[in-house]
Amino acid sequence: MANIQEKISKICPSVTFEEGETLLVSVPEKDWRMLAVALKENADLNFDVLTALIGMDWKDSLGVIYYFTSTARNWEMLSVKVAVEDREKPMIHTVSDLWKVANFQEREVYDFYGIEFIGHPDMRRFFLRNDWVGYPLRKDYDANPDLNPIRMEDEENEDDSHTLVEMPDGSIKRVETKVFAPEDYVVNIGPQHPSTHGVMRFRAAIDGETVTKVDVVSGYIHRGIEKLSEGMTYPQTLHFTDRMDYMSAHMNRHCLCMCIEKALGLEVPKRAQVIRVMMDELMRISSHLLAFGCTSMDMGATTCFFYGFREREMVLDIFEKTCGARMSMNYNVIGGVIADLHPDFVKDVKALIEVMPKALKEYHKVFSGNVIAKNRMVGVGMLSKEDAINYDITGPSGRGSNWSCDTRKKHPYSAYPDVQFEEVLEEGCDSYARYMVRMREIEESVKILEQLVDNIPEGEIRAQVPKIVKLPAGRWYQQVEASRGAFGVYIESTGEKTPYRLHFQSPCFNLVGVMDLTCRGNMIADLIVIGAALDFVIPDIDR
Amino acid sequence: MFDFSVVTTWINNLLIGCMPGWAAVLVECIIIALCVLGAYTVLALFYILYERKLCAWFQCRLGPMRVGYWGLLQVFADMFKILIKELIPLKGTDKFLFKLAPYVIITSSVTMLACLPWGRGMQIINYNIGIFFILAVSSVGILGILLAGWASNNKYTLIGAMRSGAQMVSYELSLGLAIITMVVFAGTMNIEEIVWAQDGGWFIFTGHIPAIIACIIYVIAATAETNRGPFDLPEAEHELTAGYHTEYSGIHFGFFYLAEYLNLFIVSGIASLMFLGGWMPFHVNGWDGFNAVMDYIPGIVWFVAKAFFFSFVIIWFKWTFPRVRIDQMLALEWKYLMPLALANLVLMAVCTTLGWHF
Repeated sequence: MANIQEKISKICPSVTFEEGETLLVSVPEKDWRMLAVALKENADLNFDVLTALIGMDWKDSLGVIYYFTSTARNWEMLSVKVAVEDREKPMIHTVSDLWKVANFQEREVYDFYGIEFIGHPDMRRFFLRNDWVGYPLRKDYDANPDLNPIRMEDEENEDDSHTLVEMPDGSIKRVETKVFAPEDYVVNIGPQHPSTHGVMRFRAAIDGETVTKVDVVSGYIHRGIEKLSEGMTYPQTLHFTDRMDYMSAHMNRHCLCMCIEKALGLEVPKRAQVIRVMMDELMRISSHLLAFGCTSMDMGATTCFFYGFREREMVLDIFEKTCGARMSMNYNVIGGVIADLHPDFVKDVKALIEVMPKALKEYHKVFSGNVIAKNRMVGVGMLSKEDAINYDITGPSGRGSNWSCDTRKKHPYSAYPDVQFEEVLEEGCDSYARYMVRMREIEESVKILEQLVDNIPEGEIRAQVPKIVKLPAGRWYQQVEASRGAFGVYIESTGEKTPYRLHFQSPCFNLVGVMDLTCRGNMIADLIVIGAALDFVIPDIDR
Repeated sequence: MFDFSVVTTWINNLLIGCMPGWAAVLVECIIIALCVLGAYTVLALFYILYERKLCAWFQCRLGPMRVGYWGLLQVFADMFKILIKELIPLKGTDKFLFKLAPYVIITSSVTMLACLPWGRGMQIINYNIGIFFILAVSSVGILGILLAGWASNNKYTLIGAMRSGAQMVSYELSLGLAIITMVVFAGTMNIEEIVWAQDGGWFIFTGHIPAIIACIIYVIAATAETNRGPFDLPEAEHELTAGYHTEYSGIHFGFFYLAEYLNLFIVSGIASLMFLGGWMPFHVNGWDGFNAVMDYIPGIVWFVAKAFFFSFVIIWFKWTFPRVRIDQMLALEWKYLMPLALANLVLMAVCTTLGWHF
């Protein structure tokens, strides 16, 4: 750490450091661009992944907290704080050309905090309409409904965008741009469309059947979870996590609980940890089965959908018995889990372990080996390893590009260090590789369940938690491997019983960011396949 | 084998005996039209249930079970629902063509249905170019699809219609070549004569290798021709919501829906005619006793059963395979199926000329 501090202060003497869970580097805005380039390109620093980009409002200033990861140096993390005091026209230099993942994330920050990014190519709002008044996540936001009534008309000129160009003399010039050229034939896909897997909207410019550009329009089911959380106590915020990526409900909640436990310094009983891991893996199986079903159904093989759902039903039954619900299980709580396992749990999991290998064989016979399915997926939606890293595409999609990025291995948590499993990697970099990673991960999850099912330790299921959960002042970031990639939770606390800022870094948000890259040059039918193979879940994007 | 022309001749004589010639023809036309439309409806209803049940079994489900015993009345409920639904007029559409399109499609499919040989003497017109006529009429249906796609003034329908145009024009080639291969073998285009030529054994057996190849090509091309999976791109639900008929409602949508099912029956009927002997019972040369027993089963049962068999295969395709992509589909046709069909035509011509068949 000290080493890094030295290097950074050598490059940029104006920085200040703050020790914490990860090293926090505060840098003035005027030097930020220089430091960013160094972080990315300096061989000694080499932070190639932008893990999280979090907009902040510290009342006296607005700013952004960045979390960087260096894959070369054992996934070491570093956080950077950039703040500006101007609340009228806050501007920060963009990093979207260095880390492409920042493209959508900076748009989200612009949307919620009004911070404009100098040099960002497409400075539009991401979730809200372009005629929205105010910036909702600012602490002084006026939520008066008269300001933003339910508008009955379409927004005007949704093609309008702008970019801020820095002139050589240091002045900033605003340049109006358009998303699509007038001659583009734009086909609207969504928000109500059978294969966008939810309320997602794409605008695709096509030339004949070939896609030339994809514009992602998001926010149709945005619920403002991060804003709502700021007014809730920590136990109350938990239930939101099940409603983001509902196919990773257990993992998401596990992540938030771990983040709070980390801040409280709580030790979770061994039994609870094993139960959490087992639930996570069951969730992963269920999620990948759904992905299998939807991928095949989006290609017209409707029957496979039912095969996937047949086995998924067994997982849901297990959840139903123990958690009382099939969706939104609300099972993890701060310090452990809410209830003990159902007496049938072990028996049911064993039945599932028995069934899954046979079922997978059947799937491969019916779908994976099918010549049409292969023709549809092999070589479609290429995403190189470099792009996967640059766009921070984690999870099965990143591993389909041969990027070893499993959080369970890189930052082991809970009971994962005690179990044997392989990180599944495929070299295809295409939709088929992503699909195959999911199918093979089901096998690995079954392996984990097999190791744990007979070894669930006896003991408490919950640690002793104070009645009123108050986190000490500070900031924490926790990651878990959700079904679709690394899911992160950022908590900034001022010592109150409500979080000052709670940010969810969702994997699907990054996945949808590569739609344009992967779809260009492919056919319109491939757009659906690519979307299915990336397997994003919309509520995870629209938090 | 009962000759149905006995019945038709009797009716004809009866009518001529009690009214002038032109009136008798008019009455006969009306009777036939009613019969065709009746058959059309009954078949369509049957096919909807047939596909729903088959699809359900492939997918580990039961299918419709609630309305009537074993869900048998479900299709009637669906039919009445679709009949009483509102026809929604849309802004910005070409109103005349928009309304014309479903009728073009349904006309083409009814006309084809009328040409099929249902049994001995049970055929409406016995052309000397019968099979050619069916092929020609089948091409009219695509006009309806193009009209529907264009007149709806919607990007999805337009893409669906363009895909459909490319697809049907392409696959008509293989379809036609496969049929021509069998016409070469039969030596006639007359439907009745083709059936009679299979008295001693169905073409798929007597024509052996080239006939089997032609049959496979025909089934693939017919699947594409009827816009069914894995070639259902014109209405690819997951890309184009419903393709060319996205904007239709009520019975206008119903016409597309019916025509799709009936086209499935018609292509299966033609397959049974060309490869499995149409209404001809299963005969083996020399086994007179066996042949006599087979003759007890009426021709119409043979024909319909064979057609249902082919439909089953095509439905099976749909509920097993993923959908192909437009370029892959065209590549399959122009790079593989059509050259194969041409080569097979030559092979069949050689076999027929040299007498290398049973």
